[in-house]
Amino acid sequence: MEPVNSFTSRVVPLPNENIDTDIIIPARFLKITDKANMEQYCFHDWRFDSAGKPRLDFILNQTRAKGAKILLVGKNFGTGSSREHAPWTLMAFGFRAIISLSFADIFRSNALKNGLLPVELPASTCSELFELAEKNPAMELTVDLASQSVKLPNGRSVEFPIDNFSKKCLLEGVDQLGYILKQEKHIQAFEQAHPVTVPTSQLQ
Amino acid sequence: MNNLPPRTLFEKIWDKHVVQDEMDCPSVLYIDLHLVHEVTSPQAFQGLREKGLIVRQVGRTVATADHSVPTTDRSLPITDSMAANQLRQLEINCREFGIPHFGIGNPHQGIVHVIGPELGLTQPGMTIVCGDSHTATHGALGALAFGIGTTEVEHVLATQCLLQRKSKTFEVRVDGQLRSGVTSKDIILALIAKIGVGGGVGSIFEFTGSAIRALSMEARMTICNMSIEGGARAGLIAPDEITFEYLHGRPFVPKNAAWDESVKLWRQLPGDVGATYDTQVILDANKLEPMITYGTNPGMGIPITGSIPTLESLEDDSSRRALARALEYMNLSPGKRLLGHPVDVVFIGSCTNSRISDLRAAAGILKGRKVNPKVRVMVVPGSEQVKRQAKQEGLPELFRAAGCEWREPGCSMCIAMNGDELRPGQYCVSTSNRNFEGRQGIGGRTFLASPLTAAATAIEGCISDVRTLL
Repeated sequence: MEPVNSFTSRVVPLPNENIDTDIIIPARFLKITDKANMEQYCFHDWRFDSAGKPRLDFILNQTRAKGAKILLVGKNFGTGSSREHAPWTLMAFGFRAIISLSFADIFRSNALKNGLLPVELPASTCSELFELAEKNPAMELTVDLASQSVKLPNGRSVEFPIDNFSKKCLLEGVDQLGYILKQEKHIQAFEQAHPVTVPTSQLQ
Repeated sequence: MNNLPPRTLFEKIWDKHVVQDEMDCPSVLYIDLHLVHEVTSPQAFQGLREKGLIVRQVGRTVATADHSVPTTDRSLPITDSMAANQLRQLEINCREFGIPHFGIGNPHQGIVHVIGPELGLTQPGMTIVCGDSHTATHGALGALAFGIGTTEVEHVLATQCLLQRKSKTFEVRVDGQLRSGVTSKDIILALIAKIGVGGGVGSIFEFTGSAIRALSMEARMTICNMSIEGGARAGLIAPDEITFEYLHGRPFVPKNAAWDESVKLWRQLPGDVGATYDTQVILDANKLEPMITYGTNPGMGIPITGSIPTLESLEDDSSRRALARALEYMNLSPGKRLLGHPVDVVFIGSCTNSRISDLRAAAGILKGRKVNPKVRVMVVPGSEQVKRQAKQEGLPELFRAAGCEWREPGCSMCIAMNGDELRPGQYCVSTSNRNFEGRQGIGGRTFLASPLTAAATAIEGCISDVRTLL
């Protein structure tokens, strides 16, 4: 995983609330067995019509979305399924941070493991950002993980929460698996105290 | 023991599974059972290969094929090459890493959340994960069960552990008695309509109260299954005599003296007197009606005799925009009733409602009646075992005589990955769990409801109140 730190980018506003994982990536694209070429699936059914032509009225097909790293959305983003394909496809499209009032639990967890920052901001700041992005499509924000802040065009910084462990992993670009693997002696001790009674393999 | 503060069921299970708790780090939580399916696992197995890791506990891992499997004649080759490849990949991965695998043709194959409980793999007090958000289902047996992403699937395969932060607790208390025609599906749809699809974010539900205690094991699974639709990663119900009776004699539960010992331990799981929750919501079972959704998330639900909300009745702009967009997608009007709205398809199945009791409930309504010829009715059992049981009871013949399709077990049209899908614009009453845009096929329009409502709708050809047929 690439380390995450600070970046400045235009913002793509999508004010819908409860954007679900089936909107982010429809289930029929989950038959893949790798993570290759996932850009095409991102918001597929909002981006393309039934003939596969881009819907020009959808913001992800507009010039302002090109190269944008920040998606600004309504509350409870990523509700629904546990599919990690959702952060994978958002990152393949180019996003590095999602700003929202709130995130679905599994989506947040998946995003953090892939270097996609779930940036939770208060309702007043979210509304302000939607207004600013509406007025000025070229508006840029700076997201800085080390200081856990989003810098607005007027110079004001707003902090966002992130747990220290995830933050450290993201800043260093390391997979959390390394930490669990280091717990080997504790895991062994636990397993000795809790043996498997009926192994699943008995049913084969 | 006596020095401990009173704990909830969730806190007891959590405490028992913490392997390590370091300052400023999430807890390392031990996972008793890891369920695997074809969709969310291939990239995790690939990760193991790339890192030179093995599956730590094959005896705590089991895989089944459910999402991509065709529900038509299984002796024919799979025509969708991507689905075929994904299913083959699961088989290859399981063989390579030594994991038991219930593929097509295996007598245990079925939807992952149906086979766990029916095989007795799911037991009270366990921690259970799967790369699937409906893992919450297993909480009905008093297990802490939740969905994880593919990176976490890899973590659990490699270490049998997961990094987790303790969730908040959320009591959903349902007292009273359900009236005739009202089911556990209606309880959970009513809850989500009340708190919204984000209402449980950050929390674990525990369902309590006399109405919950009175439910059968399978009815409880339907409720816990849709916890995630209310935003909670897990939903729990304290184990009781109904749980023990359900589990007794199932293939994986302890036998003889070990059974008695297990039941003794399981009896200690329910929350202590005085244990408190961070949040509480109360529902009155006596007042519940059959529920149905009208929109594009499971929180957009109303009693079947009710009307779609008007834009004016909503509090903020954001909700009004969401309602307007949902109704545009559904091609429905605010303020209108749903009763009598024509449907094209009825789907009875999914990890929410494909167990034998769900099929019996639908069959009870369909017996001796015919489905409306304009409606395609698909009945998809949740597993090979459910299918066998249904056959013993003559249900396939009953469904076919009524004009329904009786199909092979799998997720089918709940997620529409296997070719079972709606055509654009079609309306479907579905016993599944999600009515998202395109969930049952591009442009498909889903009304979520119970198996009873689905059966009544199949007969009438339009959204119907099952209580008129009882």
